[in-house]
Order: sequence, then C-alpha cells, then structure tokens
Amino acid sequence: MSKVQPRAVVIGASAGALEALSAILPALPASFSLPIMVVVHVPPDKHSLMAELFQAKCRIAVREAEDKEPIEGGTVYFAPPDYHLLVESDACLALSTDAPVLFSRPSIDVLFESAADAYGPALIGIVLTGANQDGARGLRAVVDAGGTALVQDPANAFAGAMPEAAIDLCPDALVRPLADIAIFLQEV
Amino acid sequence: MTDRIGEEKVEDIEIRLLLEAIYARYHYDFRSYAMASIKRRLKQARQHFEYPTFSALQEGLLHDPDMMPRLLAYLTVQVSEMFRDPTYFKALRESVVPHLRTYPSLKVWVAGCSSGEELYSLAILFREEGLEERTLFYATDINQDALKAAEAGIYSLDRIQGFTQNHRMSGGRSSLSDYYTAAYGRASFDKSLRRNVVFSDHSLVTDAVFGEMHLISCRNVLIYFDRTLQDQALKLFRDSLVRKGFLGLGSKESLRFSAYSEAFTDFVREEKIFQRRPV
Repeated sequence: MSKVQPRAVVIGASAGALEALSAILPALPASFSLPIMVVVHVPPDKHSLMAELFQAKCRIAVREAEDKEPIEGGTVYFAPPDYHLLVESDACLALSTDAPVLFSRPSIDVLFESAADAYGPALIGIVLTGANQDGARGLRAVVDAGGTALVQDPANAFAGAMPEAAIDLCPDALVRPLADIAIFLQEV
Repeated sequence: MTDRIGEEKVEDIEIRLLLEAIYARYHYDFRSYAMASIKRRLKQARQHFEYPTFSALQEGLLHDPDMMPRLLAYLTVQVSEMFRDPTYFKALRESVVPHLRTYPSLKVWVAGCSSGEELYSLAILFREEGLEERTLFYATDINQDALKAAEAGIYSLDRIQGFTQNHRMSGGRSSLSDYYTAAYGRASFDKSLRRNVVFSDHSLVTDAVFGEMHLISCRNVLIYFDRTLQDQALKLFRDSLVRKGFLGLGSKESLRFSAYSEAFTDFVREEKIFQRRPV
C-alpha cells in the first residue's frame, strides 16, 4: 500500500451507479480537498443529469468536465456522455471522441490509465458496481503506478461483474462495501 | 509543460523525441497535441507495429518513409457521424442560416473534415435551405487518406440508419436517401454534393489563413490540442472569418480557457456556435 499522500481520486461505475455513488459522494465533508474524476456509463444520446443531480446532494462542488479545464481540489468532475475523460500531466482535464473502449465512451479504463500516468502513486482508484469488464485494466494501471486500489465488494454490488473483473486483475485491491469506501475517503 | 504533477518519465521523454522526429522528418507537427490522448494513440500504434519502445518506433519511422502514413492513420483517426449532435445542425438551420441568406456568396470551412461526414451534412443542409448554389465549401485535413475518403463519400450501409435518424432530428426537410445510392453494403453519396467543394491538405498547426469565411465548423478537433495550440487555431479562425462570421465548435468545447475568448461572442450558447466580434 502506498504511503504517498493522495492527490486525486478516480471512480468508475456502471449499472447501479446512481445508488452506489449516492452512498459515497454526499457523505464527503465540505472540507474534502481532493479532486474526484468520475466515469459513469451513460447512454450517448442523452443529456446526462448526473452532475446536476449530485450537485444538489453534495457539500463539495460537482460539475460536468470541460475540455482543458484546470483540475481543482474539492470538486467532483463527471465525464460528459459520449466523450472519454482524460487527465493531462499538467493537471488539467481533456476530452476525446476516440473510439469506444470495450463498447464504452466514456471509458473507465481511459480515465484511470491517464490519471495513473499523471498522478502515479498519489492516486486512489475505485471500481464500483457494473455489468461489464471496464475499469479492470485501468485499476491495474493505478496499481502498477503505485496508487491505491479500492473495489466495491461484488457480493453487495447491484451488478458484480465489473468489480469481480477488477479484483481478478488486481488481487491486492481493497475490497469493501460502499459504506467503508465512503469512510475510507473521508479519512484520506 | 508547466505545473507538472510529477517528474517526466522515460516514456514521456521518448514520446517527446518521437514527435520531434516526426516533425523534423515529415513536417507533421503533433508536438503541441494534448498529451494524454496522443500517448494513448501512440501506444496502440506501437503495439500494432510491434515495437518494444517508442525509441524503436522512432528509429523505424525515421528510416522507413512508408511507416509515416500508417502511423498517421493512428494519430489522426477521427470517428464522426453525419449530423452528429442533431441540435447543432438544427441551430445552424434556425439561427445561422437566416444571417447567411443576406450574403450574395458564401464560404464555409470544415476544418479537420476527416472522412467527410460533417461536410456532407452541411452540404445537404445548405441544399435544403437553398444556399448551396452560392456556397463554396472548403474541406481540409492533414491526413491525405482521410481526404480521399471524404472525396469518395462512401460509408458503410450499417451507419446510415443512425445518420438518417440524426438528419431527421436536425430538422431535415428531405429524406437522406435522396442523396445516396446503396449497393453492396455501402452508401455512395451523390457527387453533385461535391460540386462546390474544395478538398485540401491544410494543417491548423502550421498553415495560414486562406480565405474569408462566413462559417467555420470545427467540432471535436480542438480537444486534441493543448491550450497553446488551441489558442493558435482560434486565432487562425478569427483571422479567417468575415466580420460577424460564425464558428461552430464541439458540444463540450469551450472558449472559456482561451486567450481568444474575447474575439468571439456566444451566438447559440448551448450549441457552441460563436460569432466573431465586429472589431
């Protein structure tokens, strides 16, 4: 486990995301100082309400990511529908319309791999509920860069496939129920 | 790069040198592209061409000119669709076209046209609105193969259903099937749509202004540039537009972080359609 002070959090969630994120994000105190980048699989043709929804529920700032936006602490950034969200090494966000990865755009792997590259050991990666394999390779990249990996306990997840795939690729990841993940973040 | 989060890694040094080599040898300038995306694309290329490192890829590239077009396909790959973001085209139709009607002749620039989906969308929209006859379209890209594909105007038939739905949602006054013929799983768009189109090799990084445009559509191209290069491209757009000319960007692209945000005003804010300030 890394001893480096974390500087950012990335979260990936798919089927059951709304409920899972509701157990984590609104629990964060107003003093929470890290940026949190989130990819949720949403349909490409729809205007996503994720950011608006959590803005009302959270004590820290929540918004949809814009291209080349400088990353600020204490802020949750949601990937816009139909775009990949990436982290640049100069601490700003970037979007791309590159092809979907594992049928997903935004892709959890794309966010996690770019964030692992930018933050190295100072990153916390969290894979939550989902019915596909996205996020596993990304979480592996977080681990390989020396970062901290958390996975929602598949037994308690709305859909267990995604956390299971992440655990398969990252056997040393901390596997926790949602409530413990929320506490983990509050104690960072 | 400023405000780096960590120390530059060996791989990043290799990529920086590779991009220098591509520029020195082939004059394609990717040095100011947004690093996270270009790195992803380069990694895919490196794996595909089976080079163990980016240094090895650089050596191969420097000594084998045939490698460059193959790598370029990875670096400039752009997946678009006709009438992508139908509400953008609807806004052009409803809010921009009435202004364009007041000009006796029009120039429209599709910058970074890739394989032509956006160009054909605009050509069809302009025909539907009765503006096609007075319009000259410029479709530019740095990738010759993409330009050839754009000029051919042939798309896989399985994409047409999505295109048709987008076209209808954009307020299309005709049926998309009026503009193509289908055969052998492919849809060929009518060559009359290309009558007033100039296809040309042009780089937003290294090339200059080439005409006075009334509308520039450049969507989801700038997201691949870093902020410095975005500013350079936006300056080029400003200098290429007539007074009160229009600029359309991608739905998640913003002028908010640009040094040229003052050069444009919001015209249809939610569709990222801007107008050049008169002064």
